[in-house]
Amino acid sequence: MTNGFTARDRAWHPPALTPLYKTSVARSPRFAPIGAATSLSEETGPVFGHDMLGAKDNDLITNFAAPGEMAIGPRILVQGRVRDEFGRPVPHCLLEVWQANAGGRYRHKKEGYLAPLDPNFGGCGRCITDENGFYEFRTVKPGPYPWPNGPDDWRPAHIHVSVFGHGFAQRLITQMYFEGDPMIWQCPIVGTIPTREAIETLVARLDRAGSIPMDALCYRFDITLRGRRQTMFENRMEGM
Amino acid sequence: MAAPLTPSMGNPLSNPPSNPLGERFKESPSQTAGPYVHIGCTPNFLGIEGVYPEDLGTRMITGNPDGERITIKGRVIDGAGNALKDALIEVWQADAAGKFAGRGGAEGFAGWGRSPGDMTTGEFTFETVKPGRVPAPDGRPQAPHVTFWIVARGINLGLHTRMYFADEEAANAEDPILTRIEHQSRVPTLLAKKEGGAYRFDIHLQGENETIFFDI
Ligand SMILES: [Fe+3]
Repeated sequence: MTNGFTARDRAWHPPALTPLYKTSVARSPRFAPIGAATSLSEETGPVFGHDMLGAKDNDLITNFAAPGEMAIGPRILVQGRVRDEFGRPVPHCLLEVWQANAGGRYRHKKEGYLAPLDPNFGGCGRCITDENGFYEFRTVKPGPYPWPNGPDDWRPAHIHVSVFGHGFAQRLITQMYFEGDPMIWQCPIVGTIPTREAIETLVARLDRAGSIPMDALCYRFDITLRGRRQTMFENRMEGM
Repeated sequence: MAAPLTPSMGNPLSNPPSNPLGERFKESPSQTAGPYVHIGCTPNFLGIEGVYPEDLGTRMITGNPDGERITIKGRVIDGAGNALKDALIEVWQADAAGKFAGRGGAEGFAGWGRSPGDMTTGEFTFETVKPGRVPAPDGRPQAPHVTFWIVARGINLGLHTRMYFADEEAANAEDPILTRIEHQSRVPTLLAKKEGGAYRFDIHLQGENETIFFDI
C-alpha cells in the first residue's frame, strides 16, 4: 500500500482549451481526463543526484559563454524553495530552466524575432534542490518578445521551469514572471490561468536582501508541488 | 509527540508529516512548455552543445537488466491530423520484474526516458524493456504499462496517459484501471500494437481516436 498524491485542483490550473491562446484549440483534448487513484507508477519517479551536475549548470551567464566571456544583460539571481502543498520542503528535486536572452531572443532555429542572438548565452540551466528544498541559479533577466498569436501579442519577461518532484504525478512545467511587469496582465498565455490569485503565485518578487551588491539583483520564486497524503493510519497499512 | 514515521519501502525521498495540520499551499499553476521546451530539456538535440554532456533521458537501458528488449515508437497528433514536432514526451515504467528504479529496480535500468521526437517527422522512439506487473493501491496486479507525460506548445497542463500492450490480453482484461473505464470503446487508444518489430503508440490529442488521458 502506498500513499497517494492529493488530487490536482483543475480549477486552479489552466483548462486545456483556451481559445485566446490559439495553439491550444487544436491541441486540447475534448474528453475530460479520467480520474484514477495514483499507484506506484505515478508515486515513484526518476531520481537525480547532485553528482550529475556540472559546476556551471546553474549559471546561465557563463555556462555557454566562451572562456572569459559572459552573457549580456541585467544580472540576476533566482532563489526559492520547492515545497509541497503541506508546506514540506521537497529536497533532491531537479529544476530545468530555459529562457530568451536579454533582448528577448531564443537560441532556436524556429525563432522568428529579429532581436539578435547573444553569442555567449545558450539559454538553459539546471539545479537540484538541497535538503531544505532550496535552489538557486544565476542568469540575465530575459527580455519580453512578440509572438505569433494575435496580431500584436507580447510575452512578458519570463523563465520557463520544469520541475521533477518525487513522483511522476508531481511532474510540472510552469513559467516564472517578474514583479511589476505590466505585460503579465496582457498575455494570452498567462491569461489561460483562471484566477489572478493563481497568477500571482508565478510572479517572482524582487528580494533586495538576497542581492549581491554591485553584481546581481535577486528574485525569489517559490514553487509548490502536489503533496503526498501521509497519515499515521495509511503508514500502518504499509506494514510497519 | 509521535516518533517520525519511517519512510515506506526504503524510499529515501518521502518526508515525515511534520505538520499535518499546518498551512496549505496551492500547487504552482501550470503553464505551457511553449515552442522552445527543447532548449531547456534536450539542448544537445537542438545543437546547444557544451552545456550538458548529454541530454537527460536519452538512454533508458544503461546496463544489462533482465527482460525483453522492446522499442516503442509513436507520434503526438493534433486535431488537424498533424504530428507535433515541438512536443516533449517522457515515459516512466517499472522493470521486467515490476520494480521501479530507486525502489529495488534492476541495475542498469533507469525506467525513465525523454524524447523530443524526430526533427522532421515528430516520431518518438524509446528503447526499453517490457515492464512487469505493478500492484494497484489495493494490491491487485495491474497490466504491464508505461506511463506517458506529454507537454508542448498549446498544451496548458502536461497530459498523463498510459500505454498498455495489445498482446497482454489476459492481464489487460483484469487491469483495475482499464476495466473501470466507462467508455470501453475508447480503451484501444491505450493499446500499443507490435508493428515491424516496435510497439506503436500514437497519441491523438483530439478527434475520433482521441487518446484517453488521466487525471491521476
Ligand atoms: Fe518563452
